[in-house]
Amino acid sequence: MISVLNTIRTMTKEELKYSFTQIFPAVTFDESGEFLVAIIPSEELLPVMKELRSKPELYFDYLFCETCIDWKDHLMMVYFLNSKTHNHTLVVKAKITDTLNPQIESVYDIWKTAELNEDEIFDLFGVRFLNHPNLRRLFLEEDWVGFPLRKNYVDEHMIEL
Amino acid sequence: MEERSVEMGLKDKLEFPGQIHETPDGGFMITKLDDVINWARSNSIWPLAFGTSCCAIEMMHTVNAKYDWSRFGFEVMRATPRQSDLIIVSGTIVMKMAPVLKRLYDQMPEPKYVIAMGACTISGGPFFYNTYSVVKGIDHIIPVDVYVPGCPPRPEALLHSMITLQEKIKNDAYYRTQVDKK
Amino acid sequence: MLLGEEDYITEDGEFVINMGPQHPSTHGVLRLKVWLDGETIKKVEPHLGYIHRSIEKMSESLSYRQYGYLTSRMDYLSAHINNLACALVVEKALQVEVPARAQAIRIIISELTRIGSHLLWFASAGLDLGGVTPFFYAFREREAINSIMDENCGARLTQNFMVPGGIIYDVRPDFQSRVKEVLKQFKDNFHEYNEILTGNVIFQNRLKDVGILTKEDAIAFGCTGPTARASGLNCDIRKMYPYDGYEKLQFDEVISTGCDSWARYEVRMAEMLQSVRIIEQLIDNIPEGDIVAKTKNVIKLPKGEFYQRVETARGELGVYIVSDGGSTPYRCKYRSPNFANLSAIPHIARGYKIGDLIAIMATIDLIIPDIDR
Repeated sequence: MISVLNTIRTMTKEELKYSFTQIFPAVTFDESGEFLVAIIPSEELLPVMKELRSKPELYFDYLFCETCIDWKDHLMMVYFLNSKTHNHTLVVKAKITDTLNPQIESVYDIWKTAELNEDEIFDLFGVRFLNHPNLRRLFLEEDWVGFPLRKNYVDEHMIEL
Repeated sequence: MEERSVEMGLKDKLEFPGQIHETPDGGFMITKLDDVINWARSNSIWPLAFGTSCCAIEMMHTVNAKYDWSRFGFEVMRATPRQSDLIIVSGTIVMKMAPVLKRLYDQMPEPKYVIAMGACTISGGPFFYNTYSVVKGIDHIIPVDVYVPGCPPRPEALLHSMITLQEKIKNDAYYRTQVDKK
Repeated sequence: MLLGEEDYITEDGEFVINMGPQHPSTHGVLRLKVWLDGETIKKVEPHLGYIHRSIEKMSESLSYRQYGYLTSRMDYLSAHINNLACALVVEKALQVEVPARAQAIRIIISELTRIGSHLLWFASAGLDLGGVTPFFYAFREREAINSIMDENCGARLTQNFMVPGGIIYDVRPDFQSRVKEVLKQFKDNFHEYNEILTGNVIFQNRLKDVGILTKEDAIAFGCTGPTARASGLNCDIRKMYPYDGYEKLQFDEVISTGCDSWARYEVRMAEMLQSVRIIEQLIDNIPEGDIVAKTKNVIKLPKGEFYQRVETARGELGVYIVSDGGSTPYRCKYRSPNFANLSAIPHIARGYKIGDLIAIMATIDLIIPDIDR
């Protein structure tokens, strides 16, 4: 009975933390912002995400924002997850340490909206998504050199203010 | 409105360029070929329905009943470049779009005219600094006849630019240059 | 360049055509590559970037007072609401209390923007599906709304009225009476819209049972706004995560379970009336007082990450700012509603006729610069 009640409830940050550590113990949390942020290494992403999606008490079925941040020494993938049934929100960050050849598993199988988002991230940050159905440059031409949103991107035609 | 149009000199512009002599058997007229061609051409410009961003909305406003550009002879908007005389480039042109714009322009039959609508098409406008993908002025790609500044320009400004274009067409010497070439 | 047959006919005999980037019904420069078997759509692949203006890169070098101005060029039909999102995220980070007068005016202007945006959608949906008259009907009211924007904000389309802390100017003394005039005009004429399109059998047949988007798919593709609400998904940010005092107002979240293009049409039509309802509650009760809270000349956000979402006319716009403590964003990401809605189109359109693709695009109502940013 208690478990049934749990499934229809919005989880607090503490409960989310507890559930997350059940799935992946070696996680670091960041609670400074509005949402609970869980930081995991990029290699572990896919199994963790699958659990987050499928566990009935978490059931994060809605990926509402996916992006990447270039911190110069590493890249940080950011996934904003929300559960439409329970209405709780969690941010998962995956740290990619290899900035020269960054790659990470695609989450397309879990959330279909990831397809275009990952195309965009590949285009602008150069992160290669493994097992992505159709990875391509989404915005720029196929022969574009460099990844514009990376901090080390140099464009000789750009007029800087 | 009627009186104001006359003040703006529109009446002269719409009048037939030349002299009409009435005779009992119907009359005749004296005019220059260039004048009459330009007169006809300037009053039936068919613009291409080409909008990339915000300015296209203001262009739609210019089409609709309040501003109504068909008053000035821009009645028919065409969706294909092969049937248009005028391309109003309304909105930013980025590097990826540039070849498409060039191709559209090449597909238009001569004589063809270009209006650069809005700051983006003139110089890149708000997207001038720190951008990696915006073309800084469409005159890098195609020749421009009239520039309309604004972000976006008001419909009145667009109308004014089109009337300016009509004036330019009226002063054209298309036929004469063809004869000179021979 | 001449094309050989192998360039547009695949091995399975499917015919490949390009819609766009210059196509009258794509509302801009969207390019869709469509694989057809006869007239039936087998596959759709969106090709973007024909208006990618690098707004996110530019935002990294603009101050927190400047960066919002680019967003009114993103989804230019909800320009005010985009600016509002940018102002709200700064206010959230600095924990600034916005004066009540500014909040009320912000909501009124946002809802007017929403009506104007839906009117333009109505016009273009009619135009795409073969009717020119709705265009003139809708633009008559849109012009009236634009003239209010013009009088109060100084621009018709990209107004940049919302600033961090409030609004940039106070409204004119005749603001209330002008808004009431426009609302009266809108309500008096609304029956004409229903008469010309809603009751039109040809129009209904073009939309009914076309472009089914189930609730599960809407969630999976991240659809928001009227597109998702027509699939029975509760996703109105104004209700779920209220901002700027929406929680004090009485209005309904319009939900339909039809899931097809017709449901999307109905939701948008009903939403316009809800916006009128919101404005009517506020227009006589605009509090007196300041219009902008005091902020420093050079705004510096504390170190951290901030996410703010608002409900634009097309769905959920999220502004994600990563600050390193400086006066410009370290990273600025816009989660745009149209981008997510677009990703559903290949799924929705499969199996329908090519003519239906126009109907699907008309009711999903994409704004391409918002997709490309």
